[in-house]
Amino acid sequence: MSGSFHLDAVPVRLRRCAKTFHGGVRALEPLDLDIRGGETVVFLGPSGCGKTTTLRILAGLERPDEGGRVFYGEDDVTALPIERRNVGMVFQSYALFPNMSVAENVAYGLRVRGVPKAERRERAEEMLAMMHIADLAGRRIDQLSGGQRQRVALARALVVRPRVLLLDEPLTALDAKLRDSLRLEIDRLLRALGITAIYVTHDQAEAMALGDRIVVMSKGRVAQVGTPREIYHRPADAFVADFIGTMNRLPAVAQDGRLLLGRGELPWSGPQGRIEVLVRPEDVALTASGGHVDARIAATVFLGDRTRVVAETADGLTLTVDAPGRTDLARGDAVSLGFDPARLLTLPE
Amino acid sequence: MTHRRGPAFWAQLTFTLLVCALLVVPVVLSMLAGVTVNYFVGIKSGLTLKWVDEVWRLYAETIGLSMQIAFACLACTLLLGVPAAYVLARKQGAVARAIEELLVMPVAVPGLATALALIVTYGGFGDFRRSWLFILAGHVLFTLPFMVRSVLAVLHSIDFATLEEGAASLGAGFIQRFVHVVLPNCLSGILAGSLMVLTLSMGEFNLTWLLHTPLTKTLPVGLADSYASMRLEIGSAYTLVFFVMIVPSLILLQILAGRGRPRSEQ
Repeated sequence: MSGSFHLDAVPVRLRRCAKTFHGGVRALEPLDLDIRGGETVVFLGPSGCGKTTTLRILAGLERPDEGGRVFYGEDDVTALPIERRNVGMVFQSYALFPNMSVAENVAYGLRVRGVPKAERRERAEEMLAMMHIADLAGRRIDQLSGGQRQRVALARALVVRPRVLLLDEPLTALDAKLRDSLRLEIDRLLRALGITAIYVTHDQAEAMALGDRIVVMSKGRVAQVGTPREIYHRPADAFVADFIGTMNRLPAVAQDGRLLLGRGELPWSGPQGRIEVLVRPEDVALTASGGHVDARIAATVFLGDRTRVVAETADGLTLTVDAPGRTDLARGDAVSLGFDPARLLTLPE
Repeated sequence: MTHRRGPAFWAQLTFTLLVCALLVVPVVLSMLAGVTVNYFVGIKSGLTLKWVDEVWRLYAETIGLSMQIAFACLACTLLLGVPAAYVLARKQGAVARAIEELLVMPVAVPGLATALALIVTYGGFGDFRRSWLFILAGHVLFTLPFMVRSVLAVLHSIDFATLEEGAASLGAGFIQRFVHVVLPNCLSGILAGSLMVLTLSMGEFNLTWLLHTPLTKTLPVGLADSYASMRLEIGSAYTLVFFVMIVPSLILLQILAGRGRPRSEQ
């Protein structure tokens, strides 16, 4: 959808960036991060985790505490306010100007830069066409739907050919279906443009779909940085394991090459002693018999493509298991749970 | 829709019309008196614009001065009030909220008291005391809160801080953000505030009565003067002139207030 429009891939670096607000509230612990040129990095975490503060420091809307440094490529931009950083930013509330038409909104960045009127109009039209909203050019902002506003906001941010694109929960205000389709569109757009993009969200599905890498944050700290697969399959700690997807956490005893899970046991080469093992619902095999642990069905939820089953073992362990959609089980049915040792995770102590 | 109306409806309508009449009839009579040849003879003495003409001859200066003060007052409240409202809206602290509350003080304190305070404090500066600027100072003091409140209400109803951040992200410096984004988006508040200031300054009597000198009479002071010392018809014609000047701005004010409401809900 981008045509010939392509942007420079500027790497971004954060060095010892911390943020303490008035009254001594520490919103962000010192953070070091390297974002490669053209990469899409998603900051993910619950509200108050520091992800928005980090984005605002990257944007230049906040200054890091003394000693923190922000680099765009080789330029130290720490002291520059946002208006002198040449960034593109998309806000959760879009921040479109109600006193200007769609075309005037998109052309505003060029107007401020002193671009002549004719060229301004041409470039704004090009951008609106790229976002498939050329027909909205003359509309007022209050005549647009949420999805249309989102597209205008993106067009407005990109028309100035920014060095970095910053997106602050851009899809949160939209309904679920629109969110999914716009997410795909944004993903394609970012790849096609080749721009370095930093995206903040509290929605893990959005993070997984968009991010080359995800930075999971909690309480002002980075909990884990990694590709979506790394984050999902090898969570660094209990917070990441719980926050991303659904995870079963089971107490177990490992000794002499065996792992004892309640009354069941399986071969084991991981850490020894009393440990906690983690397993994703889709990594547990649900069979009538012959698995490692016997259990009874406590509840089932039909989700169409799969059936989510809550199973209780004789020892009182509760597991969430994903079975194929056509599985027909009822509360109270006896089942057997099978585990693949390679798919059982343990967290570093 | 044919809907038979009960006696209660007619009773209410009659009562409402009576109340309206109570309020409107004196106004109409007064204005009518201004164009009647001889009020004591009544309307059958004929209609004339003689009194209006007379008012113009006697009091044109007061009308001119009132306009001059009203527009100067508007200029002052715009220059002081709009930035003040902007700063108050930006500041989150308790001090800013306290100042917002204190802003209604000049409205709550009787105009006479404010005027006395001005005279006691600045009356010694003879040239200032004798010039129309002394009245202007009183009017600015009295009308500034209306401008600030009106602009502040609009600023609180839009997320102007995020709008400004949006403009900044596109490269706009402070002045550009203020002129391109903040001002146009609180225009409805500025307009409403402006009309309010003009109307209030035009009709202000309490303060002005104490602050004026024989050489700096405004329209309402002249009006009181004419009722006290002239034919009733002249005072009434004067009222008519005052009405013609002030009613259009009041109507505009209502229209603007009506337009402002649905926008601020978004």
